[in-house]
Amino acid sequence: MVEVSPLPRNAAPVLPHQRLSLIVDNMTCGSCMAKVERTLQALHGVSAARVNLSARRVSVEFEPGAVTPRSLVDALAAAGYHAADVADVPANAGQKRERELLIRIGIAGFAAANIMLLSVSVWAGMLSDMGPGVSGFFHWVSALIALPAIAYAGQPFFQSALGALRARRFNMDVPIAVAISLATGMSLFQTLRGSEQVYFDAAVSLLFFLLIGRFLDQRVRVKAAGAAQHLMALRADWASVIGIDGAISNVPARALEPGMRVQVAAGARVPADGIVRRGTADLDEGLITGETTPRSVGPGDAVFAGTVDVTGPIEIEVTAAESNTLLAEIGRLMEAAEQGRGLYVRLADRAARIYAPLVHLLGLATFVGWLVAGYGWEAGLTAAIAVLIITCPCALALAVPAVQVAAASRLFGKGLILKAPDGLERLAEIDTIVFDKTGTLTLGEPQLLEVDRIAPDVLRRAASLASASRHPYSRALVRAATDRLGPVAVASGVTEHPGLGLSRSTSAGEEQLGSTAFAGAGDTGSAAVLWYAAPGQTPIGFNFRDQLRPDAAKVMAALRAAGYQTELLSGDSPARAEAAAVEAGITAVRGGQSPAEKIGRLAALKNAGRRVLMVGDGLNDAPALAAAHASLSPATAADISQTAADVIWRGGSLAPIVELLAVARESRRMALQNFAIALTYNAVCVPLAMLGFVTPLIAALAMSTSSIAVTANALRLRGKRCRLEARS
Amino acid sequence: MTALAWLIPCALGLGLAALAAFLWALKTGQFEDLDGAGWRALEDDDADVGSDAGLPRWPGSD
Repeated sequence: MVEVSPLPRNAAPVLPHQRLSLIVDNMTCGSCMAKVERTLQALHGVSAARVNLSARRVSVEFEPGAVTPRSLVDALAAAGYHAADVADVPANAGQKRERELLIRIGIAGFAAANIMLLSVSVWAGMLSDMGPGVSGFFHWVSALIALPAIAYAGQPFFQSALGALRARRFNMDVPIAVAISLATGMSLFQTLRGSEQVYFDAAVSLLFFLLIGRFLDQRVRVKAAGAAQHLMALRADWASVIGIDGAISNVPARALEPGMRVQVAAGARVPADGIVRRGTADLDEGLITGETTPRSVGPGDAVFAGTVDVTGPIEIEVTAAESNTLLAEIGRLMEAAEQGRGLYVRLADRAARIYAPLVHLLGLATFVGWLVAGYGWEAGLTAAIAVLIITCPCALALAVPAVQVAAASRLFGKGLILKAPDGLERLAEIDTIVFDKTGTLTLGEPQLLEVDRIAPDVLRRAASLASASRHPYSRALVRAATDRLGPVAVASGVTEHPGLGLSRSTSAGEEQLGSTAFAGAGDTGSAAVLWYAAPGQTPIGFNFRDQLRPDAAKVMAALRAAGYQTELLSGDSPARAEAAAVEAGITAVRGGQSPAEKIGRLAALKNAGRRVLMVGDGLNDAPALAAAHASLSPATAADISQTAADVIWRGGSLAPIVELLAVARESRRMALQNFAIALTYNAVCVPLAMLGFVTPLIAALAMSTSSIAVTANALRLRGKRCRLEARS
Repeated sequence: MTALAWLIPCALGLGLAALAAFLWALKTGQFEDLDGAGWRALEDDDADVGSDAGLPRWPGSD
C-alpha cells in the first residue's frame, strides 16, 4: 500500500477518514504529480493525497461527509486530468504474490551468498592446511543457513509440485522440487557423517535463480492485469438516478437496478439497458451494431448499455429482464467461445510434459547404473543429484519469462498492452487475420467529404451552428472547418431538435442544419445526409463517410506481404463493408454479420486449419474475440471486448499490429533458441554427470552459467529490430 | 583459528543487516513508485505544503 504522509492540515481530522485509490490516466511526469497532489489537497475535507507515478494512481484520504469520490474526480477533471476510482477492486492478489516472491528472493540471495562464502573457504582449504574439524564446522554453519532458507524460499516450488503430483500430473516444479530436496537431504546426511560431499550451495543458488524466473513471470502478469484494469476503470460510468422525490443522485453504473429511472444527458453513455420514458434523442450505437449513423429514439423505444446519447437528454427506465439483455446474450456466446481457447497449452508446459518424466528417468537410470556397477548407493545418489541439477529446467523456468518481460515492455512502449500471459505464443502461430470494420479498420467517426468544394463562408456558418451539438456529423463538420479555416466561433441561441437537426433565429430568418426534410432540401437526388439552409437560400448538402485509419492500406499490404490472409467481417451493410474492404485492399469480405455469424465464420476458418487473429472493438465482436485463436482490441473498444482481447492497442494508427506480430514471432524464436541452448548444454553435461565426472557443485555452477546465457539472450529482444517477414 | 569465532558471525551479521535493509525497504514501499521518487527529489514544495499558497481553489472547496 502507498504510504500516505500525514500533512499539517487545518481541517480537524475528527471524523473517521476514508481512503480511496484513483487512477489518473494522463499523469506522466513530475510536475503532473505535484499538480494532482496539490489539486486534491486543496479540496476541503481531503487530509492527504499521495501519487504513485509508476502505477499512475493517487491515494487519497478524506472525510466521507465533506467529499465524495465523484467530487475528487471532478476536481481532477477541472485541472485537466482524466481520473477514475477503483474503490471496489479488491487488493490485488498478484501484487501480493509479487512481494512474497521478492522476500523469498532476498532470503535465498542472502543464503546463497553466505553459503558460497563458506564453500569457497572450504575449497581453498582443501589446497592448504584446513583440517577436517574446521571444514566440518563450516558445513554445519552452511546447513544452519540453508535449511531454513530452503524451507521458506522453496515453498512456491514445493507447493506447486505437490499440487501437480496430487493431480497425478508432472509439471516443471516436480524435477525442481525433487532436485532441491534430494540435494539438501543428501548434504545434511553427509554433514552428519563429516564427509566432504556437501552441496548446500548448489541447492540454494539453484533456488535463487529459479525464484528470479518466477518473479519475472509474475511481474508480467501483474503489469498486464494492472494496465487492463486501468483502461476499464477509466471507462466506468456514472449514472444520474432520479429518486422518487425527483432528486438526482450520482450512482456508479454497476450499482443500477431494474426499475430505476436514469437521466441520460446529451453526450453521456447510456449506463444500462432500458426503455425510454421521456424525451427524444439520437443514439450512437456504433459499439453494438457497428453502424456509424445514430438512431433516433423516443418514448417506448429500447436502448442498450454502451450506446452514446449524442443529442437531447432522455429519461430511461432500467429494464428488469436481466438475462434477456443484449449484454447477457453476448456474454453467453463469449462463455461458449472461450472454452475452446482454454485448451491451449503453453509452450513451456508442453515442453515440461516431455521433459520432466525424462529427467527423472535419467536420474533413476544413473542411480541404478551406479548400484549395478557396484559403487554403492552414496556415489550413485551423488551422481543422480548431479544429473537432476544439471537438467534443472532453467531455460523453461527463467528464459521464457525473461523473453516475455522483454517483449511486454517493448510492446508497452509502442502502445500495446499484453493482457493474456500466453497471448504472445498464440499470436506467433497466427496465419489469418480477421478485421471488424467500424472503429477497428476505420476511425469509427464520420469525416466530411469533399471539403474543398464547399464555399468557405458556408462552411464557417454551418460549423458555427454545428459546434452547439455533439452529433457525430456536427462534430465532423466542426473538425473539417477548423482544419481548413481555423477556430470556429460558437453560435449562440441554437436549438437542437433531436432526430432532426439544429436551428437558430437570425435577423434574416431561420438558419437550419439537419436532415433532408428538416432543412427543406426536398428530393434533389443528392446522396448528402446533412443539409445547411441559410435564410432564403437553397440548402447545401454535406456528405460524410467513416474513413479508414490513415495507414490501413499500408498495414494490410505489409500483412499480406508477410503471408497473412486478411478478411473483413462487418456488422455494417454489405455495400459499405465492400467499399471499405476495397479501399483497404482486403479481398475476402462479409457484411451484415450478426455476432453469431461472426463466430460461425471463425469456426469455419478454424475447421479449415487456420489460426485466426480477430481484431475488433464492438460489443458485437466480443464473442468472436473470445473464439479466435488470438485477439486484439483498440483502447476505444467496448469494455467487454477489451476483457475478451489478449492485447489492447492505443492510438489512431494500425501500425502497432505489424509490430505486435513481428515481436510475437521474434519472441517465439527466442524461446526456441533458449530451449536449443539448454538442450545443447544438457547433451554435453548429462553424459558427464551420469558417469560421475560432475559433482553437484560443478553442476550448479554450470547450471547458473546456462541460466545467465539464456536470460541474456532473451533480453536482446528489447532493442532488437523486428521485421515482419514472410513465413517460409 | 580463534579468528573464525568472530569473523563468521561478523560476515553473517553483515549479510543479515543487508537482508533486513532489503526487507525493510520492501515493507515500507520503497519499491512502489520507482518513477515518482526521482521526480519528488526535484520538487521544492516545502513552501507550499500545508499553506496551499497560490493554488486555485475549486468550487465547493470552501
